[in-house]
Amino acid sequence: MVQYVARRLLYAIPVLIGILLVTFILARLIPGDPCKSILGEKATPAVCEVFAENKGLNEPMPVQLALYAQDVIQGDLGDSIRFSRPVAQILVERLPMTIELSTAALFLALLVGIPLGIISAMKHNTSVDVGTMVFANVGVSMPVFWLGLMLIYLFAALLGWLPPSGRLSAGFVSVPFYEVWNWSVTEDTFRFTLLEFISNHFIFNSIITGDWEIARDAIRHLVLPAIALSTIPTAIIARMTRSSLLDVMGRDYIRTARAKGAPERSVVIRHGLRNAMLPVVTIIGLQLGALLSGAVLTETVFSLAGVGTMLFEAITARDFPIIQGFVVVIATGYVLVNLLVDISYAYLDPRIRLE
Amino acid sequence: MSRLSRKAEELVSDGLEDRILEEPTGLWRGAWKRLLRRKGGIVGMIIIGIMVLTAIFADVIAPYSPTEDFIGEPNVTRRDGPCIHFLGCDESRPQFIMGLDGNARDEFSRIVHGSRASLLVGMVTVTVAFSVGSILGAVAGFWGGWLDNVIMRIMDVILGFPSFLLAIAIVAALGPGLTNAMFAIAIVSIPSYARVMRASVLSIKEMDFVAASRALGASKIRLLVTRVVPNALTPLVVIGTLGVAGAILDAAGLSFLGLGAQPPDPEWGSMLASERNQVFSAPHLVFFPGLAIMFTVLGFNLLGDGMRDALDPALNE
Repeated sequence: MVQYVARRLLYAIPVLIGILLVTFILARLIPGDPCKSILGEKATPAVCEVFAENKGLNEPMPVQLALYAQDVIQGDLGDSIRFSRPVAQILVERLPMTIELSTAALFLALLVGIPLGIISAMKHNTSVDVGTMVFANVGVSMPVFWLGLMLIYLFAALLGWLPPSGRLSAGFVSVPFYEVWNWSVTEDTFRFTLLEFISNHFIFNSIITGDWEIARDAIRHLVLPAIALSTIPTAIIARMTRSSLLDVMGRDYIRTARAKGAPERSVVIRHGLRNAMLPVVTIIGLQLGALLSGAVLTETVFSLAGVGTMLFEAITARDFPIIQGFVVVIATGYVLVNLLVDISYAYLDPRIRLE
Repeated sequence: MSRLSRKAEELVSDGLEDRILEEPTGLWRGAWKRLLRRKGGIVGMIIIGIMVLTAIFADVIAPYSPTEDFIGEPNVTRRDGPCIHFLGCDESRPQFIMGLDGNARDEFSRIVHGSRASLLVGMVTVTVAFSVGSILGAVAGFWGGWLDNVIMRIMDVILGFPSFLLAIAIVAALGPGLTNAMFAIAIVSIPSYARVMRASVLSIKEMDFVAASRALGASKIRLLVTRVVPNALTPLVVIGTLGVAGAILDAAGLSFLGLGAQPPDPEWGSMLASERNQVFSAPHLVFFPGLAIMFTVLGFNLLGDGMRDALDPALNE
C-alpha cells in the first residue's frame, strides 16, 4: 500500500509541473502589453522599463518560468489588476462559497442518485426503471445554467418559497467564529488567513457559533443552486449504481447467498451493494471536475460570490492574474483530490495496488 | 413464475430467437441491427434527424430573418410573449410562436437558426478532437517507449484541469468568439480519444491477425493503418457521439459566459445569457433556448448510449 501511494504521488508531480507550465504559457498568449494593461494606457516607456525590471519580464523565458513557479509554490499568485490586491487573498474570500456549494451538490447527488440507482436495478425493466433512466438521460443533457434559471423562475418568482440569488438575505452578517469567541489574531498573518478561510464557510461558521438564524438563511439560499449543480452528477451516479449493481447481482456469490437462504434485502445490501459501490466511488472522483466547472455557471446564475463569479468577472475585465491564479489552484486541488480518490480506491480494492 | 423462465422470456422478447436464426453478419451491420432494436437509440436518431433538417432548411422553416427586428411595428413590443393565432391569439397581432426577444426579433426564427451553430460546434470540435486524439493515441500505443510516455504525460496534464475551466482559460487568453471556443473545447477533449485509442491499439496489436500480417512482411505503417486502426476505432465511435453532446453543452456554457458566439449571431447559449436577467418578466426567452439545447444534447446522448450497447459484445451474448 505504501509503495502504491508513493508511486501515485510520484506520478502527480509531472502533472502539477505541467499545470504550472500551461498556465504560464496561457498568460503569455494574452495579446497586449502587460505593463499597459496593469498600469494603464498612459504608462510611459520609462515607467514600463522599471515595471518590466521589477516583474522580471526582461529575463529569458526559462528564468521567468522558474520565478513564476517559485512564487506559486510560496503561495504568491500575484496581484489582481482590477483590485490591486493579492490574488491569494481574494481566493481565501471566494473559495469557501464554492466549496460549500460543491459539497452540498455532491451530498445531494449521492443522497438521491444512489437510492435511485438501487431502486432502478431492483425493479429492472419495469416502468420504475424506465422512468428513472429517462430522468437520468434528461438530467445529463440539461445545461446547468438553464436549469438554474428555471428553478429561480419556479421556486423564487412563481412560488416565492426560496430566495432567487445571493448568499445571505440583506441585513444578515455572518460573524466569524474567532470574533465571537474573542480570539486575538493579528491581521496579515498565516493564522489569520487560515481562520478567515474557515470562517468564510458561512454554514459551518454559523453552526459552530450557534447562530441558527444565519445558518437557516444560508441553507435556504443554497438549496436552489445546489439542486441545479447536482442534477448532472445525480443522473450519472444513478446510472452507474444501477449498471454496477445489475452486474454484481448476476454473480455466483449472490446466487450462493440466496441459496443459503439469506433474505433478499440482506443479499442486496450486504453482498450486492458493497461490491457494486467500487465503480461508483471512481465516478464520484471524476464528478469533481464537472462540479467545479458547473460551479462557475451556477454561481453566475445565482449571483453567488464564489470562485466562479470572480473568474467570470476577471474574464470580462481581462484581469489575467486572477484567471491564472484561480486556475492553478483549482487544477492543483483537482489533481490532489483525484489522488485521494485513487488511493482510497486502492485501499478498498486490493487488486488495484497489486497491479 | 420461476426466475429462469422469466429470464428466458426476456431473452426471447429481446430478439434472441431471431439472432440465432439470422445469417451471421459483420460487426457494423450487426451493430446497426441491434441499434434499431433499442428505443433510446431510435429516439436519439429521430431527434438528431430533426435537428439536422432544421439546420439545413433553417431559411425555409424560420418565418423571419434571425436578425430582423420588429421595433416600431404596430401591436408589437419587446419581449412579447408567444402569439399563436391557432391557439386564439388575436389575429390583429403578428404571429410569433415563441414570442419576441429583447431586440424585438422573432425568437422562433433565432432558435431555428441557432441549430446551425450548435451542430457546427458539435461536428467540428469532435472531428478535430477525434482525429488528433486518435492519431496521438494510435502512435503512442503502437510505438510505445519514450514517444508513448511523452504523449500520454501531455494528455495527463490536460486531464489535470477540470475541462470546462481549461476551456475558459484558453478562450480568455485567445479572445472570445465561437471559433476560439470550438478550438478550446477540441483541445480539452483530445485526451479522452487518445486514451481510448491507445488502450484499444495496445490490445489489438497483440492479436494473431496482426502477427500474421507482420509475418507476411507488412511495414509498421501499413500494419498500423490497415490492420490495427480500423479495428481499434469501434469504441471511439461511441465516445465521439457522446462527445458531440458534451461539446454542444460546453459551447453553450462558454457562450452563456460571453466567451463563445457573439451577438447578434443566433446561438442558444448567448441568447439565454442576454435575457437571463429577464427571467421574471419574460421567462419564455430563457425557456426556449435552453429547451433547444437540452433536446439536441439528449439526442446525441441517447444515440451514443444506444451505440455503446449495440457495439458492446459483452451485452449481446
